[in-house]
Amino acid sequence: MTEPHFDREIDRSHMQVSDEVAIQIEKMNKWYGQFHVLRDIDLTVNRGERIVIAGPSGSGKSTLIRCINRLEEHQSGKIIVDGTELTSDLKNIDKVRSEVGMVFQHFNLFPHLTILENCTLAPIWVRKIPKKEAIETAMHFLEKVKIPEQAHKYPGMLSGGQQQRVAIARSLCMKPRIMLFDEPTSALDPEMIKEVLDTMIELAEEGMTMLCVTHEMGFAQAVANRVIFMDQGQIVEQNNPHDFFNNPQSDRTKLFLSQILGH
Amino acid sequence: MSDTHAQTVAYVRDTMLEPKPAPSTQTGAVKWLRDNLFSSWLNAALTVAGLLVVYLLFTHFFPWFRHSVWNADSLKECRDIITGEFGEGATGACWGVIRERWHQFMFGFYPPELYWRPVLVFVLLFVALAPILFTHLPRALLSFSAIYPLLAIWLLWGGSVWPVVMTGAGFVLGYLALKLLGNVNGIIAGIAAFAVPILFWMFAVGPIDDLLKQIVPISIQSVDSDEFGGFLLAITIGVGGIVMSLPLGIILALGRQSDMFLVKSFSVIFIEFIRGVPLITLLFVASLLLNYFLPPGTSFDIILRVMILVTLFAAAYIAEVIRGGLAALPRGQYEAADALGLDYWKAQRFIILPQALKISIPGIVSTFIGMFKDTTLVVFVGLFDPLKGIPDFIRSVFEWKGIYWEPFIFVGAIFFILNFSMSRYSMYLERKLKRDHR
Repeated sequence: MTEPHFDREIDRSHMQVSDEVAIQIEKMNKWYGQFHVLRDIDLTVNRGERIVIAGPSGSGKSTLIRCINRLEEHQSGKIIVDGTELTSDLKNIDKVRSEVGMVFQHFNLFPHLTILENCTLAPIWVRKIPKKEAIETAMHFLEKVKIPEQAHKYPGMLSGGQQQRVAIARSLCMKPRIMLFDEPTSALDPEMIKEVLDTMIELAEEGMTMLCVTHEMGFAQAVANRVIFMDQGQIVEQNNPHDFFNNPQSDRTKLFLSQILGH
Repeated sequence: MSDTHAQTVAYVRDTMLEPKPAPSTQTGAVKWLRDNLFSSWLNAALTVAGLLVVYLLFTHFFPWFRHSVWNADSLKECRDIITGEFGEGATGACWGVIRERWHQFMFGFYPPELYWRPVLVFVLLFVALAPILFTHLPRALLSFSAIYPLLAIWLLWGGSVWPVVMTGAGFVLGYLALKLLGNVNGIIAGIAAFAVPILFWMFAVGPIDDLLKQIVPISIQSVDSDEFGGFLLAITIGVGGIVMSLPLGIILALGRQSDMFLVKSFSVIFIEFIRGVPLITLLFVASLLLNYFLPPGTSFDIILRVMILVTLFAAAYIAEVIRGGLAALPRGQYEAADALGLDYWKAQRFIILPQALKISIPGIVSTFIGMFKDTTLVVFVGLFDPLKGIPDFIRSVFEWKGIYWEPFIFVGAIFFILNFSMSRYSMYLERKLKRDHR
């Protein structure tokens, strides 16, 4: 099993899990037509948790986190994010979405806007922050992801890794309390994966509540406080990373781990 | 990378190669000729055949243009000059008709002493369009673009200034209603934005108009719609149609994508109905049928009626073109906008439409060009279009009876210039909006 090679020790002083509940999911079910994608999902995420969701493709892990900001609609059960229940009420949906940041596999930057405009659009028009202040915030986060010099370029001129870091900065500009990552490194060249993971680790070090769907098991071991394994639309196993990797309980988890770590 | 191969490496490059210039056969005119005209025996034969056709066409038509006569007052005089100069049997173009009648090609039967009005409207059109077409101009100019349509209507048709001012006032009231109620409730504000101006125009405008006409009579000589003709008519209908059909087309395209059943069905039925019916049918509706639907006694200007139906016609096509642009956007753009908390209209305004419209530019401009050329069809409802209405009128005069090609070539050339500039502008816009790899 390969150990993660991160440049430095991870600073755990701010990684504290509080008792406050950030996301609560109860008996949640979702179907695509006749296909039962998510089955009786129960999940409670406390503030400050860093959760990695793993599983084979088609297991419903992306669908699960996309339900949390209602990019996908669930058909039964409850999802409560930051005290707001997700129903068809548009006001609640907009409220949750402005509190929850999301980073996509394919970045989904807006190609017709500059990097800076990508980062300031939502703060200005959703949060109603004055333009000058929004630009300052955006530059602050662009510096944090280490690409302030690209602010006036367009997304198409940046490398994949840089684009993904911009996408993270764009989400952070909304000052979210929860961040969702949907396979953030899956579309990247191996050389660029590390720069994105470094950014995510920094975010974790500051105590952000994070849910990451990822295949980067090194990241899970270094940063996560909980790993969730899903298969066939169900949560099969969840544990702290140490026990999850060294002492998996279910056969399905053992098989999965042997396949992705075994070579 | 593992280090297991370190001992078994067979080859290691120690110096990297510098780029060298391409061989001379790969560049220059010779290569171009060989690639494009003589790449194979078949292509060489086709090139020669093509040159032959060009030569034949040129030798056939060139004498006609070379024998052009500009100074003649009738077709007979033209022919006499050509025969006198180039011998018996020579043919030539008689441009005298254009020199003598150009004002009718341009203005139709608009009173000659008022030609300055359409000319001024045409010049101001470019002032109004400039800030819309070229975004680096100061944004303050847009306020002139906003009042330009009403100013143009007043200058073209003349009459009292107050009905036009009242029309503008209606729009301002609608806007105010939208702004004031916008904070209270979006739906009520939307309804009020439509209802307030319509009620204002229906009930308040008449009395206010009469009062103002008596107190402050500002008015210029009025010109009737049947005095319009030629390119004045074509450009009035064309520009009016273009300006109104783009927003309507956008709304229809969004309506067709809507989740709301009624909105979607209405858009689909409207688009499919309009696209399924020939434009001429709609023009006949404009000239004959539309009056039946209106309250008795209201006379509704024929140019306005035609303009409305041309607008509806073009809007249906533009809606489909834009739908193509919307469909070409990756799903992720909608998701990213949603995930950032942008609501439907903000997402459309900032994220979706700018990109969809950019993709649709060639299609939209094609539709505009097609619509502008279709304005010549108004000849079938008794208006004097530049291509048939005006030339037929000129041919009905004894001096120009039998003149045929010259008006077509002249009118065709002007249409070409106008349409070609639209096409070039669209290419400029595409280049300017190109965002990747700069």
